[in-house]
Amino acid sequence: MTAPMDEALLRSLTPKVLGILVRRGADFAAAEDAVQEALVKALSAWPADPPRDPKGWLVTVAWNRFLDAARADTARRRREDSIGTERGSPSDHVTEPEPVSAVDDTLQLYFLCAHPSLTPSSAVALTLRAVGGLTTRQIAQAYLVPEATMAQRISRAKRTVSGVRFDQPGDVATVLRVLYLVFNEGYSGDVDLAAEAIRLTRQLAAAIDHPEVAGLLALMLLHHARRVSRTASDGSLVPLAAQDRGRWDTVSIAEGVAILQAALARDRLGEFQAQAAIAALHADAPSAEETDWTQIVEWYDELARLTDSPVVRLNRAVAVGEADGPHAGLAALAKLDDSLPRHTAVAAYLHERAGDPATAAKLYADAARQAPNLAERDHLTRQAARLNTQNH
Amino acid sequence: MAKYLLLKHYRGAPAPANDVSMDKWTPEEISAHMQYMRDFADRLEGTGEFVDGQALAPEGTWVRYDGEGRPPVTDGPFAETKDLIAGWMVIDVDTYERAVELAGELSAAPGAGGKPIHEWLELRPFYGVSPTITE
Repeated sequence: MTAPMDEALLRSLTPKVLGILVRRGADFAAAEDAVQEALVKALSAWPADPPRDPKGWLVTVAWNRFLDAARADTARRRREDSIGTERGSPSDHVTEPEPVSAVDDTLQLYFLCAHPSLTPSSAVALTLRAVGGLTTRQIAQAYLVPEATMAQRISRAKRTVSGVRFDQPGDVATVLRVLYLVFNEGYSGDVDLAAEAIRLTRQLAAAIDHPEVAGLLALMLLHHARRVSRTASDGSLVPLAAQDRGRWDTVSIAEGVAILQAALARDRLGEFQAQAAIAALHADAPSAEETDWTQIVEWYDELARLTDSPVVRLNRAVAVGEADGPHAGLAALAKLDDSLPRHTAVAAYLHERAGDPATAAKLYADAARQAPNLAERDHLTRQAARLNTQNH
Repeated sequence: MAKYLLLKHYRGAPAPANDVSMDKWTPEEISAHMQYMRDFADRLEGTGEFVDGQALAPEGTWVRYDGEGRPPVTDGPFAETKDLIAGWMVIDVDTYERAVELAGELSAAPGAGGKPIHEWLELRPFYGVSPTITE
């Protein structure tokens, strides 16, 4: 009888096992390879023969893999360098104990994998593998690239951070940006990246007490709660106002709101807390019409102060259009650069609300041509088509 | 983290600087060109940016549905077709600037006289994923 495999447990053990290997003296890159091999072995061995001590099993297998690789490496170097000095056996650098780090190993891994010297795509890939415990194959499938390409991306990322000391505190903001990127990638292939991002952010929140980590976790939970209602059965996009609010996940919303309130109470506002506050106001509204748009505009003002992002000001124009009417929204929009992504789509929406369907239809068609993804393109094309058929 | 298609045209692109058709090159120049393309793809796999690359034969057939129970209609090839795709490479890069940089390098593939062709390549972005957080 084969027991169902607890892949979540396996993945949650990954950073701990990696931390143990590094503390025993293995360098990060070699330890990470060994842990990955142990994970792959566990995926095939555990369903038929589950270990009594999963963490102990992983540490033993990964450590043996590391020693094998180190021995092979030493032997290879001896062959290549026959007159070179005698090298120590792998056990030499194993017995030297590392000073105990004051900061949790898991947290160190997050910092290392999101190190500012890495490009966003490398940081994402390395985080998913070394902290998330996903296999190279799973990450490659999720990002629709060949496995060999993803393997190279990860090994280059490891080379980039090879000189970084493992016990240095890093910048939480860089880690949060990486987790945000993973979450926003959503769902493609076998791996649910949104759920994985939530798991990793939850794990980070347990390792470090920081209001912005809590803010990001709340933001993710509040958006994830609406996920099933965001897409119709034919795959088309359902905008917020048209979503069936009865299908929103109230458990996720309640958790997100509670985490956000605790974070806001600490009075160290950051952009993720402000974004989560906006998401919470939407989640709280029984219908689109009953949304507290005035408060949402105020949160966008906070957000604009924190980030000075043109995207925030664009979203603010939409909120102003709801709070003070479409003409006020158009006035706010007129102050923004019209080459901003989605600027045309917002203009189309506000013109329709202002009672100018002909202009709106033309703008929707323009916006469709500029759309960054298929779901938005098709949605905007449908909006143009709806108005054009009404006009005739 | 955006995918781009680099399209190479047999016909339809503006004329390159080194505009000598391949059948007028020496065999060594052809080999050097092919090697450049292979090395480029290998290097991109090494940087974790390669997705796919394929070459297409020039002759194609036009096909269309011809009604229930009837075999599809075929036609062509049409010699007068303006645009003819020779092949493609798909890359996965962090920025648009990086995509332009790589397309520029690919366009430097050697041609007649061993000199860069300066061939025009068409760079087309893939549609990305629809982000979860939009408002």
